[in-house]
Amino acid sequence: MLTISGALHDKIVAHARADHPDEACGVVAGPAGTDRADRFIPMTNSARSPTFYEFDSMELLRTWREMDERDEEPVIIYHSHTATEAYPSRTDISYANEPGAHYVLVSTRDAEHAEFRSFRISSGVVTEEEVRVTQE
Amino acid sequence: MAIEVRIPTILRSYTDGAKSVEGSGATLAELLADLEARHGGLRERLVDDKGLRRFVNVYLNDEDVRFLGGLETPLKDGDAVTVLPAVAGGATAGAAAGAAAGAAAGPGPVA
Repeated sequence: MLTISGALHDKIVAHARADHPDEACGVVAGPAGTDRADRFIPMTNSARSPTFYEFDSMELLRTWREMDERDEEPVIIYHSHTATEAYPSRTDISYANEPGAHYVLVSTRDAEHAEFRSFRISSGVVTEEEVRVTQE
Repeated sequence: MAIEVRIPTILRSYTDGAKSVEGSGATLAELLADLEARHGGLRERLVDDKGLRRFVNVYLNDEDVRFLGGLETPLKDGDAVTVLPAVAGGATAGAAAGAAAGAAAGPGPVA
């Protein structure tokens, strides 16, 4: 199960809406071993594409180094699908490299209602999990 | 000549769980060959017959080696090399796939 504050949930959705129709992507870091999504880090999609995302390589280095120094982990890795459902594509599954992370997908295909779903992706296997949004 | 190499979580199965290992070589290619002697299988995850894999990033100090010299990037004692798999994906629905997705279809995934 993914537990996330309403504030962080809204930030992820707002980022996805802002970059629509391109895919948006980013990380929520948290203290290592706690599974607590804490620190919102929107990333630049260097592909700037409606069907593909890739974290900018220099931002990736800076962010992963910073998490290492702060003893944090990528608790959530999120990205948006802008014309399809919020479910991992074959591409998402083949490039998923953080088996410990919650992979959050947001779909912005509906202008009114954003789908927000969370998955574990490990060794090519996708498992959907419940999302609990807390009031903070 | 010692060069520190930082290994991402997903590849630590090749380094007995170590976050960083040491190696030597005058170029990145030589360093990876040296590492392969002690950490068999690691090199294969980073390079294919065309060079560095598309979805793995290798940095020398603070620079992406793609902007330096790729596998021919010269190294010196005290350098730090960091390996990070790309964080990538996307809807990439068949014919709708754009240019970036076309690039993704090339080399295999990192993991």
